[in-house]
Amino acid sequence: MSQARQSIARTFGAHAILITYTVIALFPVFVTVINSLKSRKAIFADPLALPGPATFDLVGYQTVLKQGDFFQYFLNSMTVTVASLFFVLMFGAMAAFALSEYRFRGNMLMGLYLALGIMIPIRLGTVAILQMMVASGLVNTLTALILVYTAQGLPLAVFILSEFMRNVSADLKNAGRIDGLNEYTIFFRLVLPLVRPAMATVAVFSLIPIWNDLWFPLILAPSEATKTITLGSQVFIGQFVTNWNAVLAALSLAIVPVLVLYLIFSRQLIRGITAGAVK
Amino acid sequence: MGTLNLTKVTKSFGATDVIKGVDLTVNDGEFCVFVGPSGCGKSTLLRMIAGLEDVSSGDVMIDGQRINDLAPAKREIAMVFQSYALYPHLTVRDNMGLALKQAGVAKAEIAQATGKAAAMLSLDALMDRRPSELSGGQRQRVAIGRAIVRRPKLFLFDEPLSNLDAALRVQTRIEIARLHRELGATMIYVTHDQVEAMTLADRIVVLRGGRVEQVGAPMELYNNPANTFVAGFIGSPQMNFLKGGALGLRAESVGVRPEHLTLLRGSGKLAAKVSHLEKLGGETLVYVLNPTHGLITIRLFGEHDFAVGEEISLNYDENKLFFFDESGQRLY
Ligand SMILES: Nc1ncnc2c1ncn2[C@@H]1O[C@H](COP(=O)(O)OP(=O)(O)OP(=O)(O)O)[C@@H](O)[C@H]1O
Ligand SMILES: [Mg+2]
Repeated sequence: MSQARQSIARTFGAHAILITYTVIALFPVFVTVINSLKSRKAIFADPLALPGPATFDLVGYQTVLKQGDFFQYFLNSMTVTVASLFFVLMFGAMAAFALSEYRFRGNMLMGLYLALGIMIPIRLGTVAILQMMVASGLVNTLTALILVYTAQGLPLAVFILSEFMRNVSADLKNAGRIDGLNEYTIFFRLVLPLVRPAMATVAVFSLIPIWNDLWFPLILAPSEATKTITLGSQVFIGQFVTNWNAVLAALSLAIVPVLVLYLIFSRQLIRGITAGAVK
Repeated sequence: MGTLNLTKVTKSFGATDVIKGVDLTVNDGEFCVFVGPSGCGKSTLLRMIAGLEDVSSGDVMIDGQRINDLAPAKREIAMVFQSYALYPHLTVRDNMGLALKQAGVAKAEIAQATGKAAAMLSLDALMDRRPSELSGGQRQRVAIGRAIVRRPKLFLFDEPLSNLDAALRVQTRIEIARLHRELGATMIYVTHDQVEAMTLADRIVVLRGGRVEQVGAPMELYNNPANTFVAGFIGSPQMNFLKGGALGLRAESVGVRPEHLTLLRGSGKLAAKVSHLEKLGGETLVYVLNPTHGLITIRLFGEHDFAVGEEISLNYDENKLFFFDESGQRLY
């Protein structure tokens, strides 16, 4: 009896903590979204109030959508993010497989070298990157961003995935070899499906910084045709006047695609994070 | 056809030598069992035969053809793993047929081969299931089926039964023995289990630290071990080693199997005190302590009762003793 009651109390406590955390985490998002639906005056009068009949105003969204290229920015962000993620996952998984599966001279050093990028921010190399992009004529192209983000995402991907791939049964791979599967089939058909949760984890962790990045779009691809959404939203932030309605509306819209991608990966993500914890 | 020849085969991982020169011939149709303590290189040797591990030096030959540099799939071998290693995304049918499909065999022929293997192992009802929908025993039968379908020259088993419970282990063991009779194929089987080794093997290879200690038929190893290691490893419970000098015999140590000792309540050749008793119904194991020789195991047939601490004495048959020198080699 007492044990049952105690566990209810404990469940309640755990949930209280989790709910508190959720509220804190969601609060800025909530404030952004509600204020994006209010008139400018209402935003400043009472930032925390919900939009009522008197204060409800879609002017922010109208401005954003009228700013013709907004869909282009959106598309640019989406292209860059999806392409970079694809390359990060694909090359990361391949490198991880090679590191975990094959014994070759310099395996350890190569692993360390690839993991080093986790600790050294890629922005330190901005000047060199810019010089390279200028030299290769890639400035103001989405390719430049995709290349940089792929490089940025690879270290973590290789690090996490090689750890997971080490745990894939060696017997399974060996059975495949005896049955005449080549190494590519073993990698794509046997190993990749088994590390899918880890892939989702890597995808989510790489996705957010790419989507939110302002630095590289500003430096490498600031042209109108290649602007990403984070950069595009900056047009509403002026030195003297900021169009808060538009900024908030643009940010609210920018949340949607990440949310969708996250929902796609989340089931796998949770399994990836808790793997080992609940085995 | 399936004669395996190993000549001076070695394997090193970096600076550590794991296999230190193995010479071995496994004849066509023979059931050969590798036994040895954990880490002695049984699995490594098996993987080298399969081509999953490079050979550092020496030759691996099947039917007189050197296969050191042949890919695993080209060696006409099949392997059954301890962890089953079934492909999780394929049905039982496709698991069993994959090797033939990879080799470019016609569909009808694959269907016939898998059907035949399924019938041999009574897997017909499970053919359309995924491995995750099977019990451990069924999975291992599928893995064995997958090996049969390929009609290999050589079957390799790496502790195939150690993940199964005791009853299933006996059942599957009998099944493997039956398959060996029916297929007449050459099989190499790695195990930790005394009973599996003794009952299945035509010949047992005892390995220690990457070397072959002795090769022989099960009863040959039991009745005629070459050294203390083999004597202690084959037979369960383990052979007792007594001090030769203390017994007035010209040998460093004298081995006597627990089943060859008799217990007396009166006086005998050795006095001892009962220290523990294990009753198994069909047999009784008595552990007795002798001040010079230490703990001695006696195996008695049927049920017996002794009190712990009881003073008893032991007798042995002089003809059933094994004599070893200082280095552990058998004298006579
Ligand atoms: N890839 C490897 N790299 C380095 N050492 C290895 C490697 N694989 C095996 N070894 C070593 O080789 C030795 C033999 O291993 P192996 O797996 O063949 O033993 P085993 O006889 O099969 O043992 P068990 O009965 O426990 O399965 C062990 O000491 C092991 O540490
Ligand atoms: Mg082993």
